[in-house]
Amino acid sequence: MTDLESLLEAIYRTYHYDFRSYAAASLKRRMTAALASFQVPTLAALERQIRDEPAAFTALLGYLTVQVSDLFRDPSYYRALRQTIVPYLQTYPSLKVWVAGCASGEEAYSFAILLHEEGLLDRTQIYATDINPESLRLAQEGVYAVDRFTKFSESYLAAGGTASLSDYYTARYGSALFDRRLKKAILFSDHSLATDSVFAEVHLVSCRNVLIYFDRALQDRALGLLRDALCRRGFLGLGSKESLRFSTHAAEFRELVPEERIYQRL
Amino acid sequence: MAARVDAIVIGGSSGALEALAALLPGIGSPGTVPIAIVVHLPPARPSRIPEVLAARAKLPVREAEDKEPAEPGIIYVAPPNYHLLVERGGTFALSDDEALHFSRPAIDALFESAADAYGGRLAGVLLSGASEDGAAGLAVIQRAGGVVIVQSPDDAVSRPMPEAALARLEPDHLLPAREIGPVLGSLT
Repeated sequence: MTDLESLLEAIYRTYHYDFRSYAAASLKRRMTAALASFQVPTLAALERQIRDEPAAFTALLGYLTVQVSDLFRDPSYYRALRQTIVPYLQTYPSLKVWVAGCASGEEAYSFAILLHEEGLLDRTQIYATDINPESLRLAQEGVYAVDRFTKFSESYLAAGGTASLSDYYTARYGSALFDRRLKKAILFSDHSLATDSVFAEVHLVSCRNVLIYFDRALQDRALGLLRDALCRRGFLGLGSKESLRFSTHAAEFRELVPEERIYQRL
Repeated sequence: MAARVDAIVIGGSSGALEALAALLPGIGSPGTVPIAIVVHLPPARPSRIPEVLAARAKLPVREAEDKEPAEPGIIYVAPPNYHLLVERGGTFALSDDEALHFSRPAIDALFESAADAYGGRLAGVLLSGASEDGAAGLAVIQRAGGVVIVQSPDDAVSRPMPEAALARLEPDHLLPAREIGPVLGSLT
């Protein structure tokens, strides 16, 4: 067993977070960064520290997971959702949307804004899940540095936004706080694609830049779980460089908007 | 003659496309090892680098996909806005971890992970560029016993990247871009 495998095993046994099937190359880079920040010389020393100190593990979680995304990251993805998927969604009397791996919430708020502008938010429940409690806390607060909003506004407009992004937040003291009407449509909660199971039947799952951190076996587990969560003919959106091509679940979906990695469950 | 390396990794930023245009025609077909390339580029738009390189290379060029096995004889290019990594066992992985040296993809991320995956049976090539990305990764390749090649700063459109490498290591080959292709051919 390598030092990295031993550390991940200890994390699993002590804290029940399962990173053992994460893609090793990027995990190794992040743990190298963590060593510098924790000021310990080796992964074995890091392992001893997190075994003894739960607070150290909480801090390490910030290195084990990606916490930051952008509002309307990859605007063409959201434009495709508006043009191609929303017409299907409008046919349902009530909707459930799952943002799996929501980090600090940017993608979930993007969905809330998009669904609001398409007249669907009042009948939609958005579930936004992540494994990192600190990320979920930030997401729930819905407060972001206001200097990020120049880029966010550009992306919002490029994504087909029909109003002004500033209609959706209040800026104060360098921070922007999203409106309550967006927040109340989103339920942020703790969920692991590695260890938990399906919690609801949903019409749309957006799981972007999450699977790239998993090895093939865990990708398959996660995709199986997303498929099981989707209603028949439900929609799955992946990151712009993720696909079902190397997955055992490929035959269970059809490509609906191939260039945006949007699939439909068969 | 038995091959010296099982894979080649190449990095560069400004001036790297010119260097690759001189280098790639020197690599013959069919290739016997995978070649992975990181060129710094703006994150937003789709990359045209694969097409640009395909016009010069004798080998097929494509953007690397997550979990794709690195096949011999194919040139893989990192997609914009993702780091390109190699896993042990020789498959590619992408990550959207934060930028290194203000760049995603970063050359260090490719070089260091490839050194882990291929050990000493790897050649690393650092080309023209205006940042210091790649120097640390090249040092890791050298420590692992791999072959290290740097474009001569005099031949580079932009000197800082090769100079940063030369400040921290002595390469096995220090050459103008057009002479790097045949050396890579002799290693594979």
